[in-house]
Amino acid sequence: MNTANSELTALLNQNYQHGFVSAIEADALPPGLSEDTVRAISFKKNEPAFMLAWRLKAYRHWLTMTEPVWAHVAYPPIDYQHIVYYSAPKVKPTLNSLDEVDPELLRVYEKLGISLNEQKKLSNVAVDAVFDSISVATTFKDKLLSMGVIFCSFSEAVQKYPELVQQYLGSIVPYTDNFFAALNAAVFSDGSFVYIPKGVRCPMELSTYFRINAASTGQFERTLIIADDDAYVSYLEGCTAPMRDENQLHAAVVEIIALDRATVKYSTVQNWYPGDKDGKGGIYNFVTKRGACRGVKAKISWTQVETGSAITWKYPSVVLQGDDSVGEFYSVAVTNNYQQADTGTKMIHIGKNTSSTIISKGISAGFGQNAYRGLVRINPGATHARNYTQCDSLLMGDRCGAHTFPYIEVKNSTAQVEHEATTSKIGADQLFFCQQRGLSAEDAVNLIVNGFCREVFRELPMEFAVEAQKLLGVSLEGSVG
Amino acid sequence: MLTIKDLHAAVDNKAILQGLNLTIHPGEVHAIMGPNGSGKSTLGNVLAGRDGYDISGTVTYQHQDLLSLAPEVRAQAGLFLAFQYPIEIPGVSNIYLLKAALNAKRKAQGLPEVDAMDFLNSVKEKIKAVDLDQDFLYRSVNEGFSGGEKKRNELLQMLILEPSMIILDETDSGLDIDALKVVADGVNSLRSPERSFMVITHYQRLLDYIVPDFVHVLANGKIVASGGKELALKLEAQGYGWLDNA
Repeated sequence: MNTANSELTALLNQNYQHGFVSAIEADALPPGLSEDTVRAISFKKNEPAFMLAWRLKAYRHWLTMTEPVWAHVAYPPIDYQHIVYYSAPKVKPTLNSLDEVDPELLRVYEKLGISLNEQKKLSNVAVDAVFDSISVATTFKDKLLSMGVIFCSFSEAVQKYPELVQQYLGSIVPYTDNFFAALNAAVFSDGSFVYIPKGVRCPMELSTYFRINAASTGQFERTLIIADDDAYVSYLEGCTAPMRDENQLHAAVVEIIALDRATVKYSTVQNWYPGDKDGKGGIYNFVTKRGACRGVKAKISWTQVETGSAITWKYPSVVLQGDDSVGEFYSVAVTNNYQQADTGTKMIHIGKNTSSTIISKGISAGFGQNAYRGLVRINPGATHARNYTQCDSLLMGDRCGAHTFPYIEVKNSTAQVEHEATTSKIGADQLFFCQQRGLSAEDAVNLIVNGFCREVFRELPMEFAVEAQKLLGVSLEGSVG
Repeated sequence: MLTIKDLHAAVDNKAILQGLNLTIHPGEVHAIMGPNGSGKSTLGNVLAGRDGYDISGTVTYQHQDLLSLAPEVRAQAGLFLAFQYPIEIPGVSNIYLLKAALNAKRKAQGLPEVDAMDFLNSVKEKIKAVDLDQDFLYRSVNEGFSGGEKKRNELLQMLILEPSMIILDETDSGLDIDALKVVADGVNSLRSPERSFMVITHYQRLLDYIVPDFVHVLANGKIVASGGKELALKLEAQGYGWLDNA
């Protein structure tokens, strides 16, 4: 697999080089970051003045900040002047048939149960017009618009709905929030925008049908989701298929606003390239995700399955402002080989009777390092707030690590806060027991790991849950026996 | 059914089995008795394919070279080891494991997956026979089960999988007399001319309930005495000491 990966990477690099030489070069900025870069990005995107002003403030603030060092991860220094901050989407070479695709990649698709047509789309093989998901996407978009649901790219939203963007952009994650959020605010290229009007229940999982189109996402993405009073939406980010990208640093920002009695479910399956077996290459995924329950009885639920990236640094959080609002965080994070993950959540209780649930499952294999870092804060005004936290770690082998860093700040004596943590190991005994009942070692590991993750998987939309189970199997392949 | 010839097994250069010979025909129940450290559990583990042992000798199971097969292939071929200490698997429901195990066996036999309703009906019938409540089907495998419940759960797996060669490893350990009777009744209900048993035990007590055709005494990694069920009674009365002089 090692050789196959490096060969594939070599092949990809080669192809990307070809890409640069052709039409694209003219539409890319030179590497480096300055006020001019920020202005150029805003200009190329034809943004209104408020956007440029905001980006510039973010950039100037970023200059005063330093990269955070508190996370339990290690990586060489990033040279921010070496990054290309804007280039038009790269055109991948079109292949004639799946025979031209790397067999190792096809084997993974097969194991994940991805249909042939999707395999073709993912590997950029030309497909019949009937299966062209762009036309499918357009049909769904029309249906959504008829209900008043806005679901479009961030760039489109800036042009078509500037007042909504101006009202909410940065209202949950301000550019002053942290180093990577400031960088994102200054240079983000695109992302998604969702608005669900009052009383509307979005009739479909957003982005399941669009995941193929969404595959070519940028290095600095920005997503903004607004659920108005009594609205409901379930949003899916990512894809179980392996994602490769020549950009090493990814710093995305996601902001969610839930107004009175609105519910937002945000599910992520992240499978960015984790680097090879020796820890070479791989994506740095430094993400800021935060939702605010602004209204009464609002609910925001994060579910994430993180199997990819060399380094993951993300804490999807909920600010519980409205009385009786609810925040949830369900997470499975897998680290294999030399992957590192420092992930968790923050639940900030401000309103009365607010409640939050945190279920975190960390799986470490190989030399993987997995840290849970979570904050539960009960503010003085948050009477009768409740939190339940359960944090479980599963170790495979004896060279990996699991770490738990819970922070609990309670400033109201009526609060109820529970924290449970366990660490267990997939033992030779469990494996042998399953094998003695007729299961292969691989099926046995899948069974044990999926049992461990069950409380999280049941929060995922059905078809995603099935894929996530298979993905876990692929991610942990070869880690036992 | 099972023919063991000159079986040696060692862990970290420490010899445990040292030239063991045994033949078990279809329908026979063989008891293996012996003092602690004589290699009883190692015998069960080696036959079931647990790794970590250096092995020599031959074992033929249903005309196949057993030692060359992966543990799951041995299980699919009908070799069943009832564990002395059954393992817990959090988050995996008992019924899910039972179904996965049965389907693995059916797949190896070229049969389609079991029909969900048929399976459920059959499991509900069999769980009554082992005197466990139906709730146990939906609880995580062995998690929070008492010692007796774990052993009855092993018996349930046995009843579902209908193996041909069953090895019971110290199944009586940790069982009170009532639980022992339930397990023994279950095992006896499985006795048939096509099915064989190897009952590994330290005490004669279990053999009052599962009456063996043959009793073998294992000491220092070898079978040092064989006989009928009366041999077990002699061991009970005189202990293992007399064997040193035999």
